[in-house]
Amino acid sequence: MCGLTTGVKSCTMGLDDMDRSHGDDHPDRAAPAPPSLDAAKNGVIIVNDLLDPLLLSRWQFGLTTVYHFIFVPLTIGMAVTVAGFQTAWVRTGKLHYLQLTRFFGKIFLINFAMGVVTGIVQEFQFGMNWSTYSRFVGDVFGAPLALEGLLAFFLEATFIGLWIFGWDKLSPKLHLATIWIVALGTVLSAYFIIAANAFMQNPVAFRINEERGRAELTNIWELLTNKVALAAFPHTIFACFMVSAAVIITAAAWHLARGQHVEAMRPALKVGAWSMLLAGGATMLAGDQLSLAMVETQPMKMAAAEAMYNTASGADASFSIFTLGTPDGVHELFSIRIPYLLSFLSTHTFDGTVEGINDLQAQYTQLYGPGDYSPVIWVTYWAFRWMIGLGLASMLVAAAGLWFTRKGREPKRWMWRVAVWAVPMPFLAMTMGWVFTEMGRQPWIVFSLLKTEDAVSPNTTGLDVLISLIAFTAVYGALLVVEFGLLKKTIKAGPDPIELSEPDEDGVQKPAAPATTVY
Amino acid sequence: MDLTILWFWIIAALFVGYFVLDGFDFGVGMTIPFLGRDETDRRMLINTIGPVWDLNETWLIVAGASLFAAFPEWYATLFSGFYLPLLLILLALIVRGVSFEYRHQRPEASWKRRFDLMIIVGSALPAFLWGVAFANIVQGVPLDADHNFTGTLFTLLNPYGILGGLTTLVLFFAHGAVFASLKTEGDIRERARRLASRAGLVAILLAASFLGWTVLAHFSLPVLILAAIAAVSLISAWFANSRGLEGRAFALMAVTVAAAVLTLFTALFPAVMPASNDPANSLTIANASSTEYTLTVMSWTALIFLPLILAYQGWTYWVFRKRITRKHIEAAAH
Ligand code: HDD
Ligand code: HEM
Ligand code: HEM
Repeated sequence: MCGLTTGVKSCTMGLDDMDRSHGDDHPDRAAPAPPSLDAAKNGVIIVNDLLDPLLLSRWQFGLTTVYHFIFVPLTIGMAVTVAGFQTAWVRTGKLHYLQLTRFFGKIFLINFAMGVVTGIVQEFQFGMNWSTYSRFVGDVFGAPLALEGLLAFFLEATFIGLWIFGWDKLSPKLHLATIWIVALGTVLSAYFIIAANAFMQNPVAFRINEERGRAELTNIWELLTNKVALAAFPHTIFACFMVSAAVIITAAAWHLARGQHVEAMRPALKVGAWSMLLAGGATMLAGDQLSLAMVETQPMKMAAAEAMYNTASGADASFSIFTLGTPDGVHELFSIRIPYLLSFLSTHTFDGTVEGINDLQAQYTQLYGPGDYSPVIWVTYWAFRWMIGLGLASMLVAAAGLWFTRKGREPKRWMWRVAVWAVPMPFLAMTMGWVFTEMGRQPWIVFSLLKTEDAVSPNTTGLDVLISLIAFTAVYGALLVVEFGLLKKTIKAGPDPIELSEPDEDGVQKPAAPATTVY
Repeated sequence: MDLTILWFWIIAALFVGYFVLDGFDFGVGMTIPFLGRDETDRRMLINTIGPVWDLNETWLIVAGASLFAAFPEWYATLFSGFYLPLLLILLALIVRGVSFEYRHQRPEASWKRRFDLMIIVGSALPAFLWGVAFANIVQGVPLDADHNFTGTLFTLLNPYGILGGLTTLVLFFAHGAVFASLKTEGDIRERARRLASRAGLVAILLAASFLGWTVLAHFSLPVLILAAIAAVSLISAWFANSRGLEGRAFALMAVTVAAAVLTLFTALFPAVMPASNDPANSLTIANASSTEYTLTVMSWTALIFLPLILAYQGWTYWVFRKRITRKHIEAAAH
């Protein structure tokens, strides 16, 4: 078994014989074997691929994680949004804030359920599909997951119940506190999971136990303050606010276009557009810091993000906005480039040097033995660009929205339509960012320590994983349709009117408490 | 005390928490076809667990993550080995969880029926499969020298495993029926009590055979004592329920579930995944655990936060202590 006797070095070497590399677009490597004309043999290869537990597990992990991360950003962003509107209501007593609280609260809850149930899958999958990985990193990686559960998930799950059912059971201040605690829980949980993920990007605070063939934690504080975690956390959280801002803008634009609920939706549109701009700016700044951390810890990823094969500095370290090339990304046919930008992004200087894939490959071969150390270049290249481009486009929509509605102006109808349809952009930017992060780390599952191909459960058969992959795809697909339908229906229905109670002895009417029971 | 031993018992405690709490959730879900005569009944049942099912389920997440952190080998062997049953549990928990949130979103009866069915199946399946899984852990499964499970799904479906599954299924059913009678008012309360009484008889029979088998296979004094506590409290719960002492019956059911889970963990100790083919391949507390340092960090965290967690969860149950009546449901126009 990998690493059991001689430790980690043996983990990273001697695996070439398994021949399971996935990113075959390296220019220096031997040409792939010519395609076999033997149909029967091809058939065998296809079946082998279809039942390859590694390939299937990777697809399953990617699919389920991306899916989980459709809901999580909205949960994180919406929890704070709802808490904000509820605070505005408690402080000002203006009813349209209460309407917005309940309206976005409904959206939040429809989404929250999905985040919870798909999260359990994430936790189980490490053991189910990646048992070798779990054995190797458990001592280090398990701790932040356990902390996440104890400190964050319990908080969220308990106080969400109190918020949903507590409208008439808790005092307004206490009830307001419950939603803030939920928001705190979501942000905390993001921190711990990102700290866990950061260990995979940039392993710190561990030593290798040769005898047991595993990584062992040496300092929890160092693990939790991994510089990649410190940079990735603000970037992710601000991106989450872009996601929720998009949903707010969409909902507001839908109603404003029809002249409905104007009193509540005008301020909502403003809140949405401003959060998009502020969160967008912050995401960019944080992304810049993250780039620095990435170049320092995983230079190969930046080289792959730019599909840059040869080391370059100064003006030559240019950033291409768009490239047309051969499908394998090796030969460039046409591109639009900004000189110096890559150098600036990677080093914050204009004459910095950015290492190319070929040099890094040579370095890594020296360090870790023969093998292919570059990820799938076209994926990293395009994922990086789509992340940034879609983020910029979302901000553009928000800025235009503010401009065209300034001082109570009425925009043209088609503008509303653009605003309504802008909602998927930050979601996609988010997904692209993670695809870049995770695919860019390949072939490593834990950078420099363990390769993905060695991490898969040895005893899980291809058939098992095929069954689970099909089951998850089917169930997740169906639920996505239901979820999307419900969100659409809720947004279209708009905020419910708030009923007022009988005036009390001072003649004050209070909003009637909503139902004690909800389900 | 050695930290590895402490963490074995903390894991046991987390699973006790999970089964005692999610156990009655599963039970309430399973009683829907028996007690839910009309839409109001069904909503009453779901609302008894509405504010707490998510926090109850979180005990599983915390137990799983703690297993990963404290005993990575145990986590890896168990989760990769029991792949298909765990897949079924996950799918069940997914459809069940979203159903609570989604069933009330539309007024059509067909929409609600679909989600009711998902709640029922999504509750029954894990209730059965967790029993199968834990019985097999205690009984031992074939493992190779690297501690990888070498059996198949059918290895797990042996008589002891199936008996374990049926026991948890019916025990949780009765647990849920008692909870339903504790938390509702009116005619459904009485029907829930009678249902609990009938289910309780079956539960007593099954639990007696399963725990009896466990005691015989893994005899030791603590195992015997814990199994006896489970048996006595289950029978007392049955009598309390017949006399309409719902609070006491529920507390005794909780003791039963806790004692039964502890019986299994005590029978397991000090192994964590015994190998049925060759004892040399067994995973034990010693060869499955994390380092002293990791366990120390986790112990301090648990020491500081578990009391706080128990306090706010207890408070939640206190806030929602009132019974649910038909009036509540009918007033909430949805
Ligand atoms: C709305 C979403 C969004 C937007 C507009 C951006 N990002 Fe991003 N990015 C993410 C959402 C995201 C993400 C999904 O949240 C990731 C994945 C992992 C992470 O920490 O954040 C990410 C990862 C990620 C990484 C990879 C880190 C690593 O692998 O270690 C880098 C270098 C950047 N981003 C840089 C940027 C820059 C320079 C941006 C704009 C100028 C930018 N991102 C906009
Ligand atoms: C923060 C916690 C995360 C952890 C611990 C984690 C862990 C992993 C692991 C173990 C793999 C290996 C499987 C493989 O290479 O296919 C992987 C791959 C992957 N992850 Fe993550 N991940 C995290 C977050 C995310 C998020 C939030 C997303 C997306 C929304 C994501 C997307 C992916 C994708 C797309 C792959 C597939 C890469 C490939 O197949 O090459 N990950 N991740
Ligand atoms: C692959 C790695 C991941 C694992 C193992 C994982 C695990 C989980 C689990 C078990 C839950 C359910 C919690 C509950 O019942 O309340 C959950 C929900 C959640 N996860 Fe993940 N998660 C992963 C990726 C991420 C990432 C990258 C983030 C944040 C950046 C994140 C943030 C959250 C949040 C905020 C919730 C609660 C909100 C909600 O349920 O929608 N997760 N996750």
